[in-house]
Amino acid sequence: MKKLAITLFLAVLLLPLSSLTVAAAGGAGVEYSAANIFDTASLQRGAKWYVNYCMGCHSLSYMRYNRLAEDLDLSEDMVMQNMVFSNAKFAETMDIAMHPEQAKSWFGKVPPDLSLIGRSRGADWLYSYLRGFYQDENGQWNNTLLPNASMPHVLWTLQGIQTPVYRQETSADGFTHEVIDHFELTTPGIQSPHEYEETARDIAAFLDYAGEPAKLKRKGVGVWVILFLVLFTLIAYLLKAEYWRDVH
Amino acid sequence: MAKIASNLSKQAGALLNWFDDRLPVTAFWNNVMTGYMAPKNFNFWYYMGSLALLVLVIQIFSGILLAMHYKPSAAEAFASVEYIMRDVDWGWLIRYMHTTGASFFFILIYLHMFRSLLYGSHKAPRELLWVFGMFIYVALMAEAFLGYILPWGQMSYWGAQVIINLFGAIPKIGEPLTQWIRGDYFISDATLNRFFALHVIAVPLALLGLVLLHLVALRENGSNNPDGIEIKKNKDADGKPLDGIPFHPYYTVKDIFGVGMFLILFSFVLFLWPEAGGMFLEHDNFVPANPLVTPEHIKPVWYFTPFYAILKAVPDKLLGVLTMGASVVILFFLPWLDRSPVKSIRYKGTWYKVLLTLFTIAFVRLGLLGMAEGTPAQTWEMRVWTLVYFMFFVLLFFMSPRGKTKPEPDRVTH
Repeated sequence: MKKLAITLFLAVLLLPLSSLTVAAAGGAGVEYSAANIFDTASLQRGAKWYVNYCMGCHSLSYMRYNRLAEDLDLSEDMVMQNMVFSNAKFAETMDIAMHPEQAKSWFGKVPPDLSLIGRSRGADWLYSYLRGFYQDENGQWNNTLLPNASMPHVLWTLQGIQTPVYRQETSADGFTHEVIDHFELTTPGIQSPHEYEETARDIAAFLDYAGEPAKLKRKGVGVWVILFLVLFTLIAYLLKAEYWRDVH
Repeated sequence: MAKIASNLSKQAGALLNWFDDRLPVTAFWNNVMTGYMAPKNFNFWYYMGSLALLVLVIQIFSGILLAMHYKPSAAEAFASVEYIMRDVDWGWLIRYMHTTGASFFFILIYLHMFRSLLYGSHKAPRELLWVFGMFIYVALMAEAFLGYILPWGQMSYWGAQVIINLFGAIPKIGEPLTQWIRGDYFISDATLNRFFALHVIAVPLALLGLVLLHLVALRENGSNNPDGIEIKKNKDADGKPLDGIPFHPYYTVKDIFGVGMFLILFSFVLFLWPEAGGMFLEHDNFVPANPLVTPEHIKPVWYFTPFYAILKAVPDKLLGVLTMGASVVILFFLPWLDRSPVKSIRYKGTWYKVLLTLFTIAFVRLGLLGMAEGTPAQTWEMRVWTLVYFMFFVLLFFMSPRGKTKPEPDRVTH
């Protein structure tokens, strides 16, 4: 009876919830990035791409330069000379000079601060987003993950320009519509497709790190805490067994 | 050496005597620890209470440290949380203790309540113990809801919006009531300020008082046990229950082991998986609150989703709110709905095992459905499980006096 109840319970839990499974997979078009925040070289490259290509518009206003230097194994001079283009001091946060009012008139909306984008979207999404830019028939920039967003493809000189190849698809309700089958690189960029993949991965890893710098330390500390607790629990178990000998 | 030691222990004894003459220290200790006879057959389910107490301490401790750095203002709240996560020494640890603690509190409380359904711990003479426990549960839900607004992320803001608007369904006084709760026409700085005050002072005080009452009521009749029989019915010549053992040292050492097991699990989540895949810390809450942008999919944190699903299952707003309220209120009456002559599931018939299995499935399934986006098919499924949820109590009331039982043993089994 007990077994039957538990089996029934588990069976119903595993019944699929149609929309829940889609949400858990992160939605269509998100690919696995293999971004690794423990790869310091990758974070360094990501930081370089970020300050050169993204930080014109997107601040990292919760991230401090000195923290970045410490975590990414960079010296104060390296950071101040290569990454700080404003008159910011070493201990200050990575803000930008662009005024929100101006930004609004130029882009239609203020480019968001990306300090926490790694936490709200995740590295895989960022990686896929950076690879999802394409030029449509009208020569407009678009993106598979954020259709009709106002952001142009800032990294196009690196990646080149890709255009979509469509195919017809019939959905369950019988209607036929066009979906993007794959991309074609119509104008090559400075980087090869493989190199650009690496660039997207580095930026995703960097933003993942910037979303929670403590993650670098947290996991290492955690392993030691858990090992200590396992030892503690073992001793606690022996103590309990000793005390309980006369009860059984 | 030995002389110094014996001198010291003599002085310690004298100090204790000094206190005992003025405050019943030893008497209290004997009463609640060494002289408190607990049944010897506790199993896994009996760890949850002491662990919940541990988590309460963790929450108070980490909460005090968080309040030292947090700024309860709409302009600064979000940034101050990030300040804690990045610039405060070990701030991330403090915050994750609190966020992980919140979810684990509910996990433990749900298991603790389920234990009562298994072994009939709510039945006479422990009805008040159960009722105080229910008040703790409701206070805990209020505490969690109030605390969830503090990080001032998108989910904080819009989650609070949805919940507060529920009060608007009450006829006539609904609208003014929601305004009174918010302290403004919309969720704003004023709302955040008062929620902070309630979260750090009012509700914790109430919780501590209720926990004290819960423990006093527990001490009065002692714990129930997996067999659901009273150990006080079989006493030795000295008047001690034959199946009882002193809480200290037996259950204190056993609970230390339980604490170890629990902390391993707790630390695993805290250090290696603090977001729990978006269940304990929601992705959307890392976006600052924005009154002008509604998130695509608003849902409460996992521990509220069973009740949220019951709310969504009912097509009418007022009726939905009432049904959701009833789903919590009905639990208070459990001791009087369960009219079975035996307490434990071990000696209740198959009918109860079937009812409890269905009820458990309904509760968990409602929890999962409450997180989903709500397709029409899911709404129908929610209705079915909502019906099962309430039918449990109805059938329990009518079947428990008649349902088949097995004979209870005289002494606890092993």
